[in-house]
Amino acid sequence: MSELPPALAEVVDDFAAVPARDRLQLLLELGNELPHLPERYVAAHEAMEQVHECQSPLFLKVEVDGSADQGKRVRLFFDAPKEAPTTRGFAGILHAGLDGEAPETVLAVPDDFYLRLGLAELVSPLRLRGMAAMLARVKGQLRAAA
Amino acid sequence: MTLPQDTDPKLAQYAHPERLVTTAWLAEHLGDPGLVVVESDEDVLLYDTGHVPGAVKVDWHTELNDPVSRDYVDGARFAELMAAKGIARDTTVVFYGDRNNWWAAYALWVFTLFGHADVRLLDGGRAKWVAEGRELTTDVPERPRGDYPVVERDDAAVRAFKEDVLAHLGKPMVDVRSPGEFSGELLHMPDYPQEGAMRGGHVPGARNVPWARAAAEDATFKPVDELRAIYEGEAGLSTGDDVVVYCRIGERSSHTWFVLTHLLGYDKVRNYDGSWTEWGNSVRVPIEKGASA
Repeated sequence: MSELPPALAEVVDDFAAVPARDRLQLLLELGNELPHLPERYVAAHEAMEQVHECQSPLFLKVEVDGSADQGKRVRLFFDAPKEAPTTRGFAGILHAGLDGEAPETVLAVPDDFYLRLGLAELVSPLRLRGMAAMLARVKGQLRAAA
Repeated sequence: MTLPQDTDPKLAQYAHPERLVTTAWLAEHLGDPGLVVVESDEDVLLYDTGHVPGAVKVDWHTELNDPVSRDYVDGARFAELMAAKGIARDTTVVFYGDRNNWWAAYALWVFTLFGHADVRLLDGGRAKWVAEGRELTTDVPERPRGDYPVVERDDAAVRAFKEDVLAHLGKPMVDVRSPGEFSGELLHMPDYPQEGAMRGGHVPGARNVPWARAAAEDATFKPVDELRAIYEGEAGLSTGDDVVVYCRIGERSSHTWFVLTHLLGYDKVRNYDGSWTEWGNSVRVPIEKGASA
């Protein structure tokens, strides 16, 4: 299996290290740690992209900051309601694992990395598709920005 | 042991008021022996963010479905699930959940396949409980194991299979999906993932009544006269009808099954859980396209 960026690998290891029962708790915590939207996106969903594959409304926006010489960094912004903790948790995993990485690093993340989280039996494979869709949209916005 | 019926006047208008409880009734009876509260949600983590004190979680994906074949669990697995949740055969089970009790009604319907006698829905579900500022906890209850017999599932009364639907063509049928799914314009719910149907449209002769029309703004069920206006006035059903309801995988239609059976008192309503993901993929079954007549 291909390598994951260090922060994302750490998240995956955290999931692997706990008993199945505690993985949902971990997912919940990652969702809770999702930062608030910056002012420019608050109440501006039209400036973000909706991920239709998620069972609850999720909006995401990718920005790239930094410069070519200093290194470019990917910034991820997510918004999902608190009534959708699973969707928030999935977003939290991507945020914790990929925010601040270089664009090429994010583009190189295997599309099926989420299978390593050990969540399929707890959450059902169908629900996990939302995470695959989120990563696909992140990569799509990155390619469009390049 | 079975708990007393909720005698709230709002519930008395329905055909089977014993199938509903109000939030006030539930708050008063929490902790009563003989009662188990079950939360069943679309979002699998919602229970873990806080739930009705003492409630257990039942997830249809991971607990009510057979892990291999496309079917519900069998009698032995169901008995084990019930025992683990602290439910006995005579326990009063009150279901509640997110999104107008969508998944709670589905869980209730699956319990009905096993003939669990006392199943009730919390009118207004999770949303109403939360909106009223009632207590929530993240404590997961440690319930003593329940004594539950192995009861074989009886699918005949409330479940329809594809062959039953073929034999039912021409009789009353309600498609509870969104108008776009019904007409064939969409292959899945708006804003939801595509779950793989090869063809769009509806079973010929079905009437389109989106499931959530049965719910009021506050997630409680609409009054009985409004429900009759929708299902009888608009969709042309009447009490003695033999009705089949379906959606995409049978969850939204469980909600309508509950409305027709327990709120309006229809005796013969079956839920076709194969629904559009089966029908829309089946070779040579008849399909109709276009909006509701």
